[in-house]
Amino acid sequence: MFEVFSFGSSGWGDEMLMGALMTVLVSASSLLLGILIGIIFAACKLSNIFILKIIANTYTTIIRGIPELLVIYLLFFGGSGAVMYIAKIFGYDGYIELNAFTIGTIAVGAISGAYSTEVIRGAVNSVHKGQFEAGKTLGLNGYGLYGRVIFPQVARIALPGIGNVWQITLKDTALISVTGLVEIMRQSRIAAGSTHEPFIFYTAAIILYLVITRLSNILFDKAENTYSKGFISKGAR
Amino acid sequence: MRFELMYESFFKIIEGIPLTLQVVSISTVLGLALAIIVALMRISGKKSMSIPAYYFVYLIRGTPLLLQLYFVYYGLGQFSFIRESILWPILKEPYWCGIITLTISTGAYSSEIIRGGILSVSKNFIEASGALGLNKIKTFLLITLPITVRQALPAYGNELILMVKASSLISIITLMEITGIARTIISKTYAPVEIFLVAGSIYLIINFIIVLAVGLAERKLGTVKAN
Repeated sequence: MFEVFSFGSSGWGDEMLMGALMTVLVSASSLLLGILIGIIFAACKLSNIFILKIIANTYTTIIRGIPELLVIYLLFFGGSGAVMYIAKIFGYDGYIELNAFTIGTIAVGAISGAYSTEVIRGAVNSVHKGQFEAGKTLGLNGYGLYGRVIFPQVARIALPGIGNVWQITLKDTALISVTGLVEIMRQSRIAAGSTHEPFIFYTAAIILYLVITRLSNILFDKAENTYSKGFISKGAR
Repeated sequence: MRFELMYESFFKIIEGIPLTLQVVSISTVLGLALAIIVALMRISGKKSMSIPAYYFVYLIRGTPLLLQLYFVYYGLGQFSFIRESILWPILKEPYWCGIITLTISTGAYSSEIIRGGILSVSKNFIEASGALGLNKIKTFLLITLPITVRQALPAYGNELILMVKASSLISIITLMEITGIARTIISKTYAPVEIFLVAGSIYLIINFIIVLAVGLAERKLGTVKAN
């Protein structure tokens, strides 16, 4: 029963592990892109400029109200066209095709960005007002205030929330298997199709996802403990 | 922008709304029943009950819904004993596989919401109810349950929206609901932006109605004072 998972050309063991690696890679790059988007849109939401607030609210409402699959279809079918359109403005007229990894990262990054926006916004709001005032009193502004004083605190408070976003992102990457990126989901589909053993390969995929989730939980818990040293005791959890 | 195409595709895509709503409502009702059972098992205090419930929730929350869907639709059909069982007429239909998967998924997620709701009921209420001479079952039905419903409602509203979004996945197992029809039109016309706007707006409207309905129910049920 387990010979289908042997390594090398006869089994699917190495392919499945490569798929798992791909899932982790695409999830990590989507999470990073999402955090970047989250920082920008959280800044928009917290700004006093009306139009920026509207843009940020529209973005989060759309992403949270529309199925992830539709967003992925939009970028899968429309991503290359959009890039070529932008390239045309800059005078490049050739054909550009985005690979599945890039499209997947952009799509899942855009989805996870909406969740990160809310997490980061909440974290900035929960930094004590005194910290801003004290920073200003010390003569800090711009990078000095936000980069050196506020951001480290935001990062600490946002960490558990980002952990949740990571879990959502990890599961959302399964959807980009429909675009042809060979990650866990796609790989197990291919293997199931060619061996006629769907049950065993989907079970293997379930185990791989659970292992990744468990390992990343441990890592996030460790990071939380490290960065909350000297603050609250974590209590019973 | 091809507005004529958007206009035409709108009438094609709305034909998918009944299927989306049907699948969502059937699995929500079945999932709620499952969620209550799982939540009661988790807070029962008996290890033989709470441990399986814990791992069930862990398994479902830790894996992508698409994988669960493939597992039910393709994985189970592999075995001849399932193909020969009386369950096969149900399990061979993508429609029922979609409903089963969504039911299990929402059952796991909502059980956490319900558990949180039950645990949020103040001990004072339970003690007061005992002092008034109500037995355990009456206390649960008359005190704990109504408060739980009120407390869990906002989070459950979110879960309903997630269900509408999740139902789009059944298009992958050949069911032609909103996303399925949208995908077909995109690959025929190659107009992803236009179709996305049409299908996306339909989803936003459905979800907006849910938000309004849950908000109305919240106001109707009033607020529960914490203690």
